Amino acid sequence: MDLFIQLTLTGLTNGAILALAALGFVLIYKSSDVINFAQGEFLLIGAYVMFSMLVQFSLPWTIGLVLTLLVAVGIGVAVERLVLRPLIGEPIISVIMATIGLSSLLRAIVSTIWGNQPRAFPAFIPSKPVHVLGATVGADRLWAIAIAGGMLFLFNLFFTRSKEGIAMRAVADDQQAAMSMGISVKRIFAWAWSIAAMTAAIGGALVANIVGVGPELAGFGLRVFPVVILGGLDSIPGAIVGGVIIGLLEAYVGGYIGMGLNQVISFIVLILILMVRPYGLFGQEIIERV
Amino acid sequence: MLSLNNVEVIYNKVILVLKGMSLQVPQGQIVGLLGANGAGKTTTLKAISGLLKPEDGEVTDGSIEFLGQPIHNHDPEDIVRMGIFQVMEGRRVFEHLTVEENLIAGAYTHASSSLHDDLEMVYTYFPRLKERRKQTAGYLSGGEQQMLAIGRALMAHPKLMLLDEPSLGLAPLLVREIFDIVQRINQEHGTTILLVEQNANLTLQVADYAYIMENGRIVLEGTPAELKENADVREFYLGLTEVGKRKSYRDVKHYKRRKRWLS
Repeated sequence: MDLFIQLTLTGLTNGAILALAALGFVLIYKSSDVINFAQGEFLLIGAYVMFSMLVQFSLPWTIGLVLTLLVAVGIGVAVERLVLRPLIGEPIISVIMATIGLSSLLRAIVSTIWGNQPRAFPAFIPSKPVHVLGATVGADRLWAIAIAGGMLFLFNLFFTRSKEGIAMRAVADDQQAAMSMGISVKRIFAWAWSIAAMTAAIGGALVANIVGVGPELAGFGLRVFPVVILGGLDSIPGAIVGGVIIGLLEAYVGGYIGMGLNQVISFIVLILILMVRPYGLFGQEIIERV
Repeated sequence: MLSLNNVEVIYNKVILVLKGMSLQVPQGQIVGLLGANGAGKTTTLKAISGLLKPEDGEVTDGSIEFLGQPIHNHDPEDIVRMGIFQVMEGRRVFEHLTVEENLIAGAYTHASSSLHDDLEMVYTYFPRLKERRKQTAGYLSGGEQQMLAIGRALMAHPKLMLLDEPSLGLAPLLVREIFDIVQRINQEHGTTILLVEQNANLTLQVADYAYIMENGRIVLEGTPAELKENADVREFYLGLTEVGKRKSYRDVKHYKRRKRWLS
């Protein structure tokens, strides 16, 4: 029983972080049909920027986090200006290719600035063990769940309540109709990329807090794919549920069956989902009125 | 209020669609724009609202002025902010958003302080939308979607509303209802309306003035009363023959009326 709770908490932590990274991914796909292969690099940059804030500028973590988010917004806007805007009207596949280029570019920038050595991340969240229902777990994991959960909740409010959030979903639905009501598609794209960079940065900081910071963090970006395929590429709730399911699944498989298998289990699920329900658990089926 | 002077629109830098289109929409009126498929009606509306750009269309000649200011080739968001709102052909509701979210999206350019009152205002025009406010818009009936599309426009408090074939694909009774509401909006809000339609009969009933368009230019204009008297309009747009005369089958066989404005 203790093991079960332990694994559940570990799974939830990973799941919440995966959900954050997936949220940004889904957002970009939803608003612009672009599959962003640079999502993992966004995570990486977020983790390193946070690292610099804490170590090089020795700021308190709250201020550091806010500044990291601002940098993320800057990156999002820059990507929209420099990469997406020149490609408006080009086939989507060109834009997707551009994101692959972007991922190499970002990775190179990171290794130029911070080097390739993995570094210890100053624990900005206390990691002293806490006892929960008989299991022992680092407090940092609980914090990660709380922070990720809180962010997801805020983003959900943003999408259903705020004008800007609703406009974003409107653009995802019908770009031209959205333009006809004065919604600036360029601005919405910049928003989408900024939010994607922000969620990834928070995810990156949280992962780094637990495992340290190094270039291999970008690999986390790859694990977003099973999540979004499971949840549905264009579904925000799907990203959250998918993240939690994949996180738990990896933890249980790792704990009960064996390490190693947990690395591939999510991709096995990915293939199964693609065979059975290609639009995912919550993906939008095309609404057809008869 | 709105005037188009000799507007020429070219798509993809090759296809000439509007060939010197001129049209005036005076403040507070309903102006009808009639024409067959492919005459350039929708292109005219898109030229006004700035939606040509994403389709690679461009106003290459002439001018479009709104309240004395040139607006051709401006971005759609600027034009919406100036007070022109196009209700696009085929309803184009945001299918995965709820009815209320669709309306909020329509109010994007308008101050949010009056959002609640504006929603209520739309619901008084379209009580059916209020019943369905939490429903996903994609599952509404065609008539309800058209109401939603018009309601969405109302949310922006436009000075000029461009309606593109609101009757498309709707049952005659519903079309009547929609036209009545359009007329009410015009009277109660003082919203000027440019109505593009294929349903000549109804359009001539509600419009203050109408234009007939063919092949990218205006071929005939006048008050509905004048147009209804025009023999060509009667024959080709209202499906009537000269009243009072007996129609001989021989005429049908041997003589097909030619449009007098072509020559």
